[in-house]
Amino acid sequence: MAFKLSPATLIVLAAIAIVVLPGLVLPSAYYFRVGALVFISALAVIGLNLLMGYAGQVSLGHAGFFAIGAYGPAILPAQFGWHPLMAAFAGVVLAAALAFVIGKPILRLKGHYLAVATLGVGMLITLVLTAEVAITGGPDGMAVARASVLGAKLRTPETWYWICGVLLILGVVAAINLLDSPTGRALRALHDSEVAAAGLGVDIAGYKLLAFVAAAIYAAVAGAASALLNGHVTPDVGSFLHSVEFVTMAVIGGLGSILGSIIGAAVLVILPQALTVFHDYETLALGVMIVLFMLFLREGIVPGLARRLRAGQT
Amino acid sequence: MADFVQFAVSGLTIGAVYALVALGFTLIYNASSVVNFAQGEFVMLGGMATVFLAALGLPLPAAAVAAVIAAVAVGIVVHALVIEPARGANAVTLIILTIGVSLVLRGAAPLIFDKQFHKLPGFSGEAAVGVLGAAVQPQAFWVVGGAAVIVLALKLFLARTLFGKAVLATAADRMAAMLAGINTGVIVGFAFATSAAIGAIAGILVTPITLTSYDVGVMLSLKGFAAAVLGGIGSPLGAVAGGLLLGLLEALAAGYLSSTYKDAAAFVVLIAVLMAMPGGLARVKQVERV
Repeated sequence: MAFKLSPATLIVLAAIAIVVLPGLVLPSAYYFRVGALVFISALAVIGLNLLMGYAGQVSLGHAGFFAIGAYGPAILPAQFGWHPLMAAFAGVVLAAALAFVIGKPILRLKGHYLAVATLGVGMLITLVLTAEVAITGGPDGMAVARASVLGAKLRTPETWYWICGVLLILGVVAAINLLDSPTGRALRALHDSEVAAAGLGVDIAGYKLLAFVAAAIYAAVAGAASALLNGHVTPDVGSFLHSVEFVTMAVIGGLGSILGSIIGAAVLVILPQALTVFHDYETLALGVMIVLFMLFLREGIVPGLARRLRAGQT
Repeated sequence: MADFVQFAVSGLTIGAVYALVALGFTLIYNASSVVNFAQGEFVMLGGMATVFLAALGLPLPAAAVAAVIAAVAVGIVVHALVIEPARGANAVTLIILTIGVSLVLRGAAPLIFDKQFHKLPGFSGEAAVGVLGAAVQPQAFWVVGGAAVIVLALKLFLARTLFGKAVLATAADRMAAMLAGINTGVIVGFAFATSAAIGAIAGILVTPITLTSYDVGVMLSLKGFAAAVLGGIGSPLGAVAGGLLLGLLEALAAGYLSSTYKDAAAFVVLIAVLMAMPGGLARVKQVERV
């Protein structure tokens, strides 16, 4: 064999294919919208996967950072006349700063204690967004001004499909670079055994915090994109259920797998769209699906299939 | 003073419900290391099933007993179909599994019952009783008294009966319990059944005060989980203390600060307590295994 691609390059190529190929054949605005939603969720899930799949820390409040990212371009243009893209950037910075500040004390907690603390943080963010009616519009949410670049309004789902697609590819590249660096190896060491990693001189607290902040940034970027795509935000984007959806996507796709994050997001975004036909059964079906996945494909779709393929070859 | 008593009574009432949910968490967690996020759904099942069975013409006590039996059946089915097959899975998988179960129950509830809010009549009428200048609904005594009876009964059962001791043994060390001839599968199933019953009873007791609907389970699961963690997960006494404390704080925050941030109070305190005492109030000793 004269020429062999590294796994990292393969993953990036796969991500590009996942964005470009459907983009060429999708028939209508509705499908482009669903595609954009898949990319947005995938972005948030890749971030969460850095935290859960690599650093081994659970977060049940991840949607809180998504919500901060979403409310940035909603509040700042409406209240202070900022440009939506500047506002989106500010929201992401705020989410990262918040993650940095609360991450330090929270990440000392382990297991269920960490789970409930992150859950609490997510709840508090949603509560503030719901309660501060004058600024956020309360439970009904608020409209988000359309972003425009060089006078051209970013309006159609097709435009946002490509914007979100590019964001996703950039997110994949950034995640892979991070994981291929010494930082990534330190994170993996953390996942396997914190005590052993500390023994080797890994700064445990520092790397956990790094993963937490990175996860918050991914979520906030995804949140901002979703607000600008939808033109409307409600506090529901930060709800516990939304956090659970992200965790489920990460686990269904496969913890510790970047492609798995995209596949997990695709499954959980597309299936409910298909299920809206059976509107009354939607929650029930989602629950059944989660249970079946966790029982029969516990390691996730991508790692599970990869293992079966390898087993078939040898 | 009257204000304070009023807030404290409503806080202890809702706190007693949190305590029962937390107690259910603790029972299951101790027997199987599973954090059951569907615990709040048992409360919903208890309330909703009683309302609908009563509407079918059953007398209230019979409807309540039937509702508890139904919840226990659901608990046993969940254990047999979902938890037992997933034995040995890691904590995250188990958390997601039980969240899946809670979605199934919440998704099925409006199909079996409906999407409306429902109320039960107070067990001893609706006329408020004066306590230190505050007006207290008689149902509040039922809730707090019922919770006390359940906690006491559970404690006696665990300490005095052979089966109870088998539960404690399984909680302490599953492998050792198995080697001592205890059928730990049965014990874990029993923990699920008991937790379902406790949750359902809590739901029946509180429905005359707080109303019930198909989706009340989520918040109760979260608050119950928070209470269990606050008390130091795995400690039954801590769970009860954590639940009561959470309810009290919430009611005081709602009364003196702002009712919109009443749910926030619980989580702010929870996070603050965890920062100061990472093992919860009961400080359960944990040894990290490498």
